[in-house]
Amino acid sequence: MSARLTRPNIQLNEHGKLKHFLTLEGLKPHHLTEILDTAESFLNPHTNEIKKVPLLRGKTIMNLFFEPSTRTRTTFEIAEKRLSADVMNLNISASATKKGESLLDTMWNLEAMQADMFVIRHSESGAAHFFAEHVAPHVHVLNAGDGQHAHPTQAMLDMFTIRKLKGDVFDLKVAIVGDILHSRVARSQIQALSLLEAREIRVIGPKTLIPPFPEALGVHVFHDMEAGLEGVDVVIMLRLQNERMQGALLPSEQEYFDLYGLTERRLAYAKPDAIVMHPGPINRGVEIDSAVADGPQSVILQQVTYGIAVRMAVMSIIMSNAALLAQSQGEAIDSSDTEEKAATQERPE
Amino acid sequence: MKIVIQNGRIIDPSQNLDRTANLYIARGHIVGIDTPPEGFEPNQTIDAQGKWILPGLVDMQARLGEPGHNQTGHIASETKAAVAGGITSLCCPPDTDPVTDTQAVAELIQRRARQAATAFVMPIGALTQGLKGERLSEMYALKQGGCVALSQANQPIQNPLILKNALEYAASHNLLVLLRSENQQLKNHGVAHSGAVSTRLGLPSIPASAETTALARDLILVEEAGVRAHFSQISCARSVEMIQQAKQRGLPVTCDVAIHQLFLTEMDLLDFSSLLHVSPPLRSQADRDALRMGVKTGVIDAIVSDHTPLGRDEKQLPFGESQPGISGLETLLALTLKLVDEKVLSLSQAIQLLTEHPANILGLNCGSLQTGSSADLVIVDPEDYWTLTSDSMLSEGKNSPFIGWEFNGQVEMTLFQGRPVYLANAV
Repeated sequence: MSARLTRPNIQLNEHGKLKHFLTLEGLKPHHLTEILDTAESFLNPHTNEIKKVPLLRGKTIMNLFFEPSTRTRTTFEIAEKRLSADVMNLNISASATKKGESLLDTMWNLEAMQADMFVIRHSESGAAHFFAEHVAPHVHVLNAGDGQHAHPTQAMLDMFTIRKLKGDVFDLKVAIVGDILHSRVARSQIQALSLLEAREIRVIGPKTLIPPFPEALGVHVFHDMEAGLEGVDVVIMLRLQNERMQGALLPSEQEYFDLYGLTERRLAYAKPDAIVMHPGPINRGVEIDSAVADGPQSVILQQVTYGIAVRMAVMSIIMSNAALLAQSQGEAIDSSDTEEKAATQERPE
Repeated sequence: MKIVIQNGRIIDPSQNLDRTANLYIARGHIVGIDTPPEGFEPNQTIDAQGKWILPGLVDMQARLGEPGHNQTGHIASETKAAVAGGITSLCCPPDTDPVTDTQAVAELIQRRARQAATAFVMPIGALTQGLKGERLSEMYALKQGGCVALSQANQPIQNPLILKNALEYAASHNLLVLLRSENQQLKNHGVAHSGAVSTRLGLPSIPASAETTALARDLILVEEAGVRAHFSQISCARSVEMIQQAKQRGLPVTCDVAIHQLFLTEMDLLDFSSLLHVSPPLRSQADRDALRMGVKTGVIDAIVSDHTPLGRDEKQLPFGESQPGISGLETLLALTLKLVDEKVLSLSQAIQLLTEHPANILGLNCGSLQTGSSADLVIVDPEDYWTLTSDSMLSEGKNSPFIGWEFNGQVEMTLFQGRPVYLANAV
């Protein structure tokens, strides 16, 4: 008999609660709704006036960006500061690993500086899992984008935006347009939409930008933009990287815009109240027309605002789960101590 | 030294032999089965009641760390690991440092192997200088230097004209060529099979066509050159079909599969464990099933370990940044016997794929218990269950995804040239 070892979900603690936040795959819908509900409380009007809450006071969060990013890093940093955490930003690609230090040595050194949470962005798919596997038990890992794999906080802020503006994700038809193949955002969005039971998830793009096995994602594939947008409630546009032209995946930006660019005329195929989203930064005239990006159906800037609340929610949930776990373990130790003392007392001298 | 091994079940497909008998060894050779030669007085008697006696296994692909990669193994350590797995003859590919593209490197490997005196090590020479795929190596000199075949290891020649010339030159000297078919442009820096799992995990992917288009090209050039070609480590269902068709057309081709491809699939990558990063990548369930059918029906001629010992630093990295490879010497036999338990192969077929067939492909007098051949053999206890652990591995590379697996059939003793070189209880 072979004994192939099955590992438990690395991102959940022994009570099935979030310990790390690496991907949405393998999570339950209640994990997502907890994040969305908690984020709602961070949008509360009076927390908007006094922006800081003391939930993570005394905790140290290190933002480890092995891949450059301004927008994501900034929103994480704002979220961390609003939770009153001590924040360190490390641009790792320009420091330790360039001097030959191994990834794990870098991480262990930072851990020795008593970090409580690492927010990691890395160009390799699975890098956040790798860190989560090797960190000390009290350290938490939050994935801020790994390779082409996952960008779970981005997907959660997208779900939050949809819920705010459409009331619920359930039963909606959502189209994701563009480079699905290379997009960690799209993968996480698709997982979130499936967990929250969207009625239909469509991906639209040329075959060169669609993953080789789309049925594994549970999506409907469209190569024709008009057909794909027909009757959808939400249109999510993805950023097109310039290198897709050099890699011979597309003939030109112009032809891409002609076929898959979101214009007012094309948007008319969606439902009249459909919303338009984009993870940013947008390429005007490449994937989206300015008239749509700045138009009444665009919710792109709201996504950015909600992103901070969602990231605050994720971090506060993880840290409160850790506190609850430590408390329950402490109680277990206390009660076993008490039992032992009781037994000792009963023992005749 | 004269040894008699008594009452073991002798299984040697090369002689169509499977019966309980005594086996007699003298001066490092097998001198008789059933009946001893006249005047045979043994110095040692080994009781093999209830055990199997098999020819020492022949592994066509095992990296031994030397020269150049000594931090994760050397010939002495890796040949010890080999005999612990029942392997007494092994070929090492030319992707050493320096590359095995000169007689001197080939001789160095054999000299180190002779010093270790644990197993028979056969270097494979590089087809092109430095494995760069640009200039032909001195193939005839490599043959003179003891290379049993030529290959490009995992760096296939991309330029078809250079490959054509290399195959024709090898054919002129009746040299065996080992080809690993892979199109680097279609591979496109991928690290996982292009399928459901890479789609879900966003791992840069390698389509099956990276192997099959290259295999189609290679088969046509092999046919034109009339060279004896062996295709290494095929991994796709379509490749099995293509080799089958080539054999039906009468081409002098054979092929092998790495043992891990017969057990693991892309589905095993779901937690990004870099221990499962291999080249070619773990393919789909359908591919794995076709490969199993390939070994069952005889389209695939041999099973290899593709042993690649790697250190922690090379594996403790995110999946795509880690080095591909599995430390496989110690699980080659155990996993192949598992295919017998799972009714994929008969016991005789399993042994044949690890002994007679690879020996025949290489044109070598090993992998057999015929009277007169070198006494390289394995005694296996078929009733002994064991679990692979990192501590129990003798290879310097502990990079095995099979750690924690339970196996049936323990190598109890291995003899090389009539000398016991491994004894299970002694470790």
